[in-house]
Amino acid sequence: MSQAPAALPGEPRVDLAAARSHGLTAAEFAAIERLMGRTPTFTELGVFSVMWSEHCSYKSSRKHLQTLPREGPNVIGGPGENAGAIDVGDGWVAVFKIESHNHPSYVEPYQGAATGVGGILRDIFTMGARPIASMDSLKFGAIDHPRTRYLVNGVVGGIGGYGNCVGVPTVAGELMFDPGYNGNILVNAFALGLARREDLQSARARGVGNPVLYVGSATGRDGIHGASLLASAEFDAGSEAKRPTVQVGDPFTEKLLIEACLEAIKTGAIAAIQDMGAAGLTSSSSEMAGRGGLGVELDLDRVPLREANLSPYEILLSESQERMLIVAEHGREAELAAVFERWDLHAVVIGRITGDGRWRARFKGQVVADIPVAAISDDAPLYDRPAAPPAPLRDSSSPRLTTAISRPDPAAALRALLASPNVASRRWVFRQYDSLVLSNTVAGPGGDAAVLRIKGSRRGLALKVDSNPRACAIDPYLGAVATVCEAARNVACAGARPAAITNCLNYGNPERPEIMWQFVRGVAGLRAAARAFATPVISGNVSFYNETEGRAIPPTPTIAIVGTFADVSLNVKHYFSFPGDAIVLVRTAAPSLAASEYADLFGAADDALTPIDLGRERRLLDGLVECAQRRLIRSAHDVSEGGIAVALAEACFNPAAPAGAEIVPDAIDASVAAWFGEGASSVILSLPAENLKAIHEIFAPLEVRSIGRVTAAPRLKIGRQIDEEVAALMRLYEDALPGRLGRHD
Amino acid sequence: MKWGVVRFPGSLDDGDALWALRDALGQEAASLWHKDETLGGAECVVLPGGFSYGDYLRCGAIARFSPIMKSVARFAADGGLVLGICNGFQILCEAHLLPGALTRNRSLAFVCDFVNLRVENAATPFTRAARPGELLRLPIKHGEGRYVAPEDELRQLEERGQILLRYVDESGAATDAANPNGAMRSIAGVANERFNVFGLMPHPEHAVEAALGGVAGRKIFESIAGAAR
Repeated sequence: MSQAPAALPGEPRVDLAAARSHGLTAAEFAAIERLMGRTPTFTELGVFSVMWSEHCSYKSSRKHLQTLPREGPNVIGGPGENAGAIDVGDGWVAVFKIESHNHPSYVEPYQGAATGVGGILRDIFTMGARPIASMDSLKFGAIDHPRTRYLVNGVVGGIGGYGNCVGVPTVAGELMFDPGYNGNILVNAFALGLARREDLQSARARGVGNPVLYVGSATGRDGIHGASLLASAEFDAGSEAKRPTVQVGDPFTEKLLIEACLEAIKTGAIAAIQDMGAAGLTSSSSEMAGRGGLGVELDLDRVPLREANLSPYEILLSESQERMLIVAEHGREAELAAVFERWDLHAVVIGRITGDGRWRARFKGQVVADIPVAAISDDAPLYDRPAAPPAPLRDSSSPRLTTAISRPDPAAALRALLASPNVASRRWVFRQYDSLVLSNTVAGPGGDAAVLRIKGSRRGLALKVDSNPRACAIDPYLGAVATVCEAARNVACAGARPAAITNCLNYGNPERPEIMWQFVRGVAGLRAAARAFATPVISGNVSFYNETEGRAIPPTPTIAIVGTFADVSLNVKHYFSFPGDAIVLVRTAAPSLAASEYADLFGAADDALTPIDLGRERRLLDGLVECAQRRLIRSAHDVSEGGIAVALAEACFNPAAPAGAEIVPDAIDASVAAWFGEGASSVILSLPAENLKAIHEIFAPLEVRSIGRVTAAPRLKIGRQIDEEVAALMRLYEDALPGRLGRHD
Repeated sequence: MKWGVVRFPGSLDDGDALWALRDALGQEAASLWHKDETLGGAECVVLPGGFSYGDYLRCGAIARFSPIMKSVARFAADGGLVLGICNGFQILCEAHLLPGALTRNRSLAFVCDFVNLRVENAATPFTRAARPGELLRLPIKHGEGRYVAPEDELRQLEERGQILLRYVDESGAATDAANPNGAMRSIAGVANERFNVFGLMPHPEHAVEAALGGVAGRKIFESIAGAAR
């Protein structure tokens, strides 16, 4: 027990009502009083409220996340660091993570998305890795919803505004419009960095007496309670008023911070480093001390401030961006400060590491907070919340139509699908992102997976982010499995071996049993698929409370997979290039219209989701990698939204010049489900005919069908029913989003 | 040949320029720090792409006051070769080492894409490795690349052959649809009157390897390397 710090003049009184307004429950407040042995001060209450928030503590999800496979021969470092890392060969380590910035982006789309990018980049370079690529998974409401266009422009503008200015290419992503997100969009930002293995940093404090260095931007009032009140609560009519809890990004300072931190790391004078993300100074200092089993003492009078008169409460809880906390090796702080000063950044010693296990903050000579480190870093509540399937199983966010309204002829359906906002070209979005800076981008946005080279080596990486909320809404387990399969397939289509996963699990309010059930089933699906593919889950983030006025989003586990190339020159394109090549369909099962784009546009019979056999999925992935390594195929394209017909059209959209394809009649069953169904894991390959035999052997026992050939004449012919000019299909595909979201020419 | 690539705070493509020069083209290239005044004996100074000082005020408006820019101005006045790419072009205009200015794209949006450029004057140190009228496919990535200048200035630029690159379509025609930012007269790159300072919005340093963006950008660097010999 510590002596209670005196209340500061004018501070609100601390009682249960104050705790509740901080988002804490009565039981949690009682637990705090028990751990403290007294009533906390107002400042301490603020500290507990953020550190015990769902966003920071993972109190509802931790129990389930612990069941995910995290180990693997290529995994480096233990859990608890800021991002996961894998060995990618030749002494290189890839560090990556995905994180949500959903609520801030709904309240203030530009800054919300921008700071989402900034935050995830800091998680990467705090590990000592230079960020070399970003991706984003974006979910908006219906494209004709009155708020959608504003949100899309803001979010895309914010991602571009930050990413372009900070000099990290945005190389891939995904975008979906669905009414299930009308009141709660999703913005999940991924970043990947490269480090030499020996340069990897830790966020585990060590060395009693070591100085604590504050570097980067000054602290302001922005973002206070972003983690507790904004991220860890659902939306209601008053959410507009939460706009001041959204931080403001400064990508220029972040760029300086990246360069300065990477330079500082090279000095060897850093004992531990962590960015100030959610809950800012409080979380970074207490988490670093907690991991090291140590204490920390902070002198808040030394913190660089943007304006005078910030209270200790505000200084500790500010989520001002572009700030890092460093534990320096004793006596080497001046050496580090010199690096930051060269980059015109603040670098101030604001405290030191102690051996007493207390988290202590002083302000104007007086102790204002004195808390056992473990109470905020480890002893946050852990909940095993009840989970139960909803009754009936399908809620209103499931696919809305179960009966066909009208079935267009196949050619008209293909045209409509190519122009559908969920299928059409994403060029409108990715043209606003710098995808080239750093000179590593072998394949940028628009394909199945992005491909990056690793300079000075033959090696490379492929990366992709995917999600499948429609399938998850029908079956949260199968949907999660399908999502992992799709992300892995995209990476394997590019020719890379899927190596590891990072995930962002977006769900509604976990206090509702049916939401918790969706979450638990989603984690189970992720676990099963990650095990089957030997792709450990090395980092991730959970975003709960994605609901507005009691209406939850469709369950949306977002999965990003990074794959590795031993030789990146073996990467495979997604489009046809050589007339005369055989076109081959490889699939693990027959497709279904359930959760398909076709069903969304035209309605469908009440199909069930295609079951998934993970052994067959693994065969498909291994086969794709083998095909690339043996140079047997000229292209590989994943079949996703819109089914085989759309995938064939996309494969004809060679960016140099449109290719053609002729699919022989009856090669694909003449059924709507066969042409436009989804769910089954399928890929479209093109290859010289002499390699057909090898392809059959590689993929056995999967279904391998030779369905046609690539033609020089740029027409897409599928059996007797579709015969379209590829250029015309391309125009539909390219013009759809500009037509709906605003032209940029 | 010896190259110097300036690094301002917020420069982003400086590493790419160094990579292109050293690793793809086998040139000798060094990084020059904005706070220094020395150009390290460089025979060509490159002002790279990026967002110098965040470009929060106006692109290039603050970078032009960097200590190194005094040396760059002197170097240019002495006839030294200066290449400004994207943000570097903006800085050169702000520093009045090149005529005109670069304003927000007509679309008001950032644009990253590959474009076709037509070489308008191949008799300069920056373009001599290309044929007159040759088409180069290079990437652009900018939010403020719309070249503007007063009408009489534009006329003079035309007459003196200072317009080195124009945005064109695949057939080589300078159409409005092929103009990605609304630049006046489709101008993508201009030189000064002495033809020793050249600024362009496209990024030649991102088109020097067949596996990444093609090799059209080599023409610019090879021209300069040849000119200095």
